[in-house]
Amino acid sequence: MYTTELKDKNQKSAPVTTVAEDTVKLAAFEARVAADDFIEPKDWMPEAYRKTLVRQISQHAHSEIVGMLPEGNWITRAPSLRRKAVLLAKVQDEGGHGLYLYAAAETLGTSRDEMIEALHSGRAKYSTIFNYPTLTWADIGAIGWLVDGAAILNQVPLQRTSYGPYARAMVRICKEESFHQRQGYEIMMALSAGSPEQKRMAQNALDRWWWPSLMMFGPPDENSPNTAQSVRWRIKRETNDELRQKFVDVTVPQAEAIGLSVPDPKLAWNEARGSYDFGEIDWDEFYAVVRGEGPVAKERVKARVEAWESGAWVREAANAHAAKRAHRAAAE
Amino acid sequence: MTKEWPLWEVFVRAKNGLAHKHVGSVHAADDRMAIEAARDTYTRRMEGVSLWVVRSAEIVASDPGEGAALFEPAADKVYRHPTFYSIPENVKNI
Amino acid sequence: MADALSNYALQLGDDSLILGQRLSEWCGHAPMLEVDLSLANIALDLVGQATFFLKFAGEARGVDADKLAFHRDVLDFKNCLLVEQPNGDFAQTIARQFLFANWQELLFRELSRSRNEMLAAIAAKAVKEVAYHARFANEWMARLGDGTAESRERIVNGLEWVWRFGDELFAVEQTVEPLIASGVAPDVRTLRAEWDARIARTLGEATLELPKPRRAVVGGRIGHHSEHLGHILSAMQFLPRAYPGAQW
Repeated sequence: MYTTELKDKNQKSAPVTTVAEDTVKLAAFEARVAADDFIEPKDWMPEAYRKTLVRQISQHAHSEIVGMLPEGNWITRAPSLRRKAVLLAKVQDEGGHGLYLYAAAETLGTSRDEMIEALHSGRAKYSTIFNYPTLTWADIGAIGWLVDGAAILNQVPLQRTSYGPYARAMVRICKEESFHQRQGYEIMMALSAGSPEQKRMAQNALDRWWWPSLMMFGPPDENSPNTAQSVRWRIKRETNDELRQKFVDVTVPQAEAIGLSVPDPKLAWNEARGSYDFGEIDWDEFYAVVRGEGPVAKERVKARVEAWESGAWVREAANAHAAKRAHRAAAE
Repeated sequence: MTKEWPLWEVFVRAKNGLAHKHVGSVHAADDRMAIEAARDTYTRRMEGVSLWVVRSAEIVASDPGEGAALFEPAADKVYRHPTFYSIPENVKNI
Repeated sequence: MADALSNYALQLGDDSLILGQRLSEWCGHAPMLEVDLSLANIALDLVGQATFFLKFAGEARGVDADKLAFHRDVLDFKNCLLVEQPNGDFAQTIARQFLFANWQELLFRELSRSRNEMLAAIAAKAVKEVAYHARFANEWMARLGDGTAESRERIVNGLEWVWRFGDELFAVEQTVEPLIASGVAPDVRTLRAEWDARIARTLGEATLELPKPRRAVVGGRIGHHSEHLGHILSAMQFLPRAYPGAQW
């Protein structure tokens, strides 16, 4: 799933710099990246590159894991056996995506435990979108359609990101992601073609998830000072605003095709640009959610912390058992 | 904090005749759990006939290695594939 | 006979459905991400099995699997009591899985020889999945039983919780008898010794004692369920019941 380089509005926007590094190595590194080559775990890389990647990849991983919660909320209440099975498969995929990404981040020298600790303490972020509640079944449709849709737009170009393990994880993820979006859209289609209550449920979900989905693409380009460096290093392939515009252009016709209306009075096709004009995002809301004040942010973190803490005895038991077996094997 | 489960690298052979590919890693406390975690994570879409897991600490080479272990994938989860869903022709980009 | 066959398929389907439902509750809450995936994987297999069995059960009644899953009340559910037990902590979940998956593996092995082609086909496919479920449960029994003092205490408690529901797995509900006679259903009574041996072997590896024999709690096969099933169905069936006739 998607995440951005999430920064507090008030944080200093200084680029990530470190102590003096070998300028020859840096030049060679920049040349390789510019030539579309891949950087692998053992290669030399600037500290800033490593740090940015660890943050970006781990936040992406956290997003997948936290993302299991709003959808997991509806597995037991899915309204048909098929929907239940598909949702289980999707959430399982999301867990898997989190695993691929944690694995990629670990190649950069951070451990899973460190990353989890960062998430639970609030130092590490996850995609803002998962701080919103799934109150109806239609929300599950909206998430698949809009949130996975947004994720796909971000992830497809990242298949050629410069860091090898991240690129390979993205290739795997992209193969699996389009099923997620189609699953969600199909739910919306069924609701839109259903009873008045179902239509209402679908429209209501779109009303609540539209703007948070636009916020997934992060702050406007003018407030993203690290974009230039990230683009040069191929950690970011397109800018926030570029992707956001693409999302709007692609998604509005999909809404129209099923008779739903996007909750934006300023939405209008601009013939000259060949794109949709759309309204201003509520940036106060965006930054509040980034700060950890989203509607169900507390619930999400609490759930993850509780799962981790209440599972400590299980992890310990597995370690203890493995040690006993190893000991016994050595003694033979 | 509990001691972390060790990290294992996972290698999958997609089908006989092909080489094993390094696909990522999992955390597991022991080798049996590592195989199962690898299977549950990396072969959900019939991607493998063969799985190897190796403790990351044992890996010496800097390039992806080779390996294999047998596993039977489930062949019926066709709803994971985009083609399972019917989306009308007039709806684009999905 | 068609009724008995349909009823038998309900027993099989409801077992898988209710256990799949219980395991789904773990999603996002397991002790480790890898374990979350394993549990979701097992749940998905079970929901798949349930879909096949309920579809088959529905054919004799002119209804589809969803109608059966979402529109029967407690008295008409035929799952065993074991699968509706609460997840509890991870140990209780594993204990439930341990008893059930080992039984289901033996059952499907035999059922794949059924004279009824559809049941045989469903079982033949499912037995591979369930072999993995049993393996998963058996390995975790060993890790928890022979892990730390805390895990040992928890798994002992978990086994204590579920043990009273083991005997029901080997009871034959009367409408199934003619199906056994005609080679459609396996006689689960004949599987008891093998199951006992498997259970004992794994408990031994886990350095755990066999729980004491106790009075069996039964009734699931005739719709006399524990208090848990009503709550499970309230959640599971809410949407189709709140919006009758709706397509999803």
